[in-house]
Amino acid sequence: MSDLLEAHGLSVELPTPAGWVRPVSEVSLRIAEGESLGLVGESGSGKTMLSLGLMGLLPPGARVSGEATLETGGSRRRLMALSESEWRAVRGGEIAMIFQEPMTSLNPVMRIGAQIEEAIRVHQPKLAASEVKRKAIDALQRAAVPEPAVRAQQFPHQLSGGLRQRAMIAMALAAGPRLLIADEPTTALDVTMQKQILALLDRLRRDLKLGLLFITHDLGVVAQVAERVAVMYAGRIIEEGSARDVLTKPKHPYTQGLLKASPTLKRGALTPIPGIVPQLTALPPGCAFEPRCEFRRSECTAAVPALRAAGENHQARCVLV
Amino acid sequence: MEAILSARGLRKTYRRGGGVFSQGSDGARFTAVDDLSFEVARGETFAIVGESGCGKTTVARMLLRLIEPDAGQIYFAGENLLAARSVALRSLRRQMQMIFQDPFASLNPRMRVGEIVAEPLAIHEPGLTARGRRNTAVLMLARVGLGAEVLDRYPHEFSGGQRQRIGIARALILKPKLIVADEPVSALDVSVGAQVLLLLLELQHEFALTYVFISHSLPVVAQIATRIAVMRAGRFLEIGAAEEVLHHPRHDYTRELLAAVPALPRT
Repeated sequence: MSDLLEAHGLSVELPTPAGWVRPVSEVSLRIAEGESLGLVGESGSGKTMLSLGLMGLLPPGARVSGEATLETGGSRRRLMALSESEWRAVRGGEIAMIFQEPMTSLNPVMRIGAQIEEAIRVHQPKLAASEVKRKAIDALQRAAVPEPAVRAQQFPHQLSGGLRQRAMIAMALAAGPRLLIADEPTTALDVTMQKQILALLDRLRRDLKLGLLFITHDLGVVAQVAERVAVMYAGRIIEEGSARDVLTKPKHPYTQGLLKASPTLKRGALTPIPGIVPQLTALPPGCAFEPRCEFRRSECTAAVPALRAAGENHQARCVLV
Repeated sequence: MEAILSARGLRKTYRRGGGVFSQGSDGARFTAVDDLSFEVARGETFAIVGESGCGKTTVARMLLRLIEPDAGQIYFAGENLLAARSVALRSLRRQMQMIFQDPFASLNPRMRVGEIVAEPLAIHEPGLTARGRRNTAVLMLARVGLGAEVLDRYPHEFSGGQRQRIGIARALILKPKLIVADEPVSALDVSVGAQVLLLLLELQHEFALTYVFISHSLPVVAQIATRIAVMRAGRFLEIGAAEEVLHHPRHDYTRELLAAVPALPRT
């Protein structure tokens, strides 16, 4: 399997009244064709800012350093060096994104079919109108929207939450991107609907050999969709490995803490992580998790620990590893 | 079991559509809560679980008379809540308080934390001095894990978990008997949500509270519920001891909900 996306030492800095903050700090990751990477983090971890950086959608004034390379169909693009017009070809055409709230992507006053057709036409302007229409209905069908031709004629508000999510997925995939970034796509859904959408994304990834970057705060969800998992805390990846290793043999105290703080159907097993996530304007020196960590030692505040090998293809950013 | 709260034949319907953009169809009504009867025992946590639109929040609001039911009766500590007026209603209301899902929306952004927490005292105990209110607020804030330095700060200066603690302090300051908590940890991060759940358990024990706990999440409810009612389309499909409902569900819909919970791999 060749790498579809490779990010190396990627940092994003934003100006604030209190000075520059760094929501994404020296992040390196790779996603192969057809592979799913789950990116886990709580609010303020930098997971959403990272995904916006990979879509060329950072807020104005953001400073980026490091590299991200996208390799599709023999062409190799350095994403952080793209101009805005080059981004327009990549966004939707090579990398697509779906969100928690489908109405973020859907236009409320445009019929579903017309929106998907527009997404196709941007990338294939020479296609005949009848062909574009057919492709839009195919896209809905692929996203398991029942009666796609009927739904194409409807407006977003006429669809249920689950169908809207499917319509958004259809639109994201209509122009044939190779990488799909899904930012908490099931967080607002009921569990029964969540299960269906997760199954749909899994099927589409396999059928279309999509690379999938699935962003979530929910370890249970990540266990369903991801082959590999990366855990972020205060802008850095603090643990990475196969989903099984990270979720059953976590090496970083933060990952261990998150697992113990996640409610399951068993009562009484819940142990919260003390304290709160540090503000980006006031990160502690060294390991950002040190103030909350029950295993902290004096060396933890000396320097940010490197990612250390914790097993085969398993790394953690902790001095205890 | 001694019931602190008892609801009989609760019913609430809403007009379907309506509003500026509706196209006729007046008169069609949608039943949010359909002939619901249940009792809540003193000191227990009665959880109502269901998916969005099932009517669980409507039930929560009717229990506090934030909305009026179309039909039915609610007895709280032996008193007819729906028949209570003025002074009698106010005295019942101080014994029942609510904790909301969104700590960002439920705190007045222009009030200082000290005022927010002490406000119920200003309403229900007008005899208390400003200093007395402040002292009581400090004690209650300390109990939920916040220091006296927060008194003069504004809600926007706090994280979600801290705001939820402020909301809890406000709800408890009158020493109520019943707390209705509507999705109190859904908007919080996992690590913070666990802190708040454990805090609610401690406070229940310490203040002899009865909880009605509304949630869409079976794993969350599993941590706190004594009994669980599974709700769909305005009705309870299953109601029973938490262990029974979670581990020996009787209704197919409960089984479906349980099967949809994303499980972690076993260690």
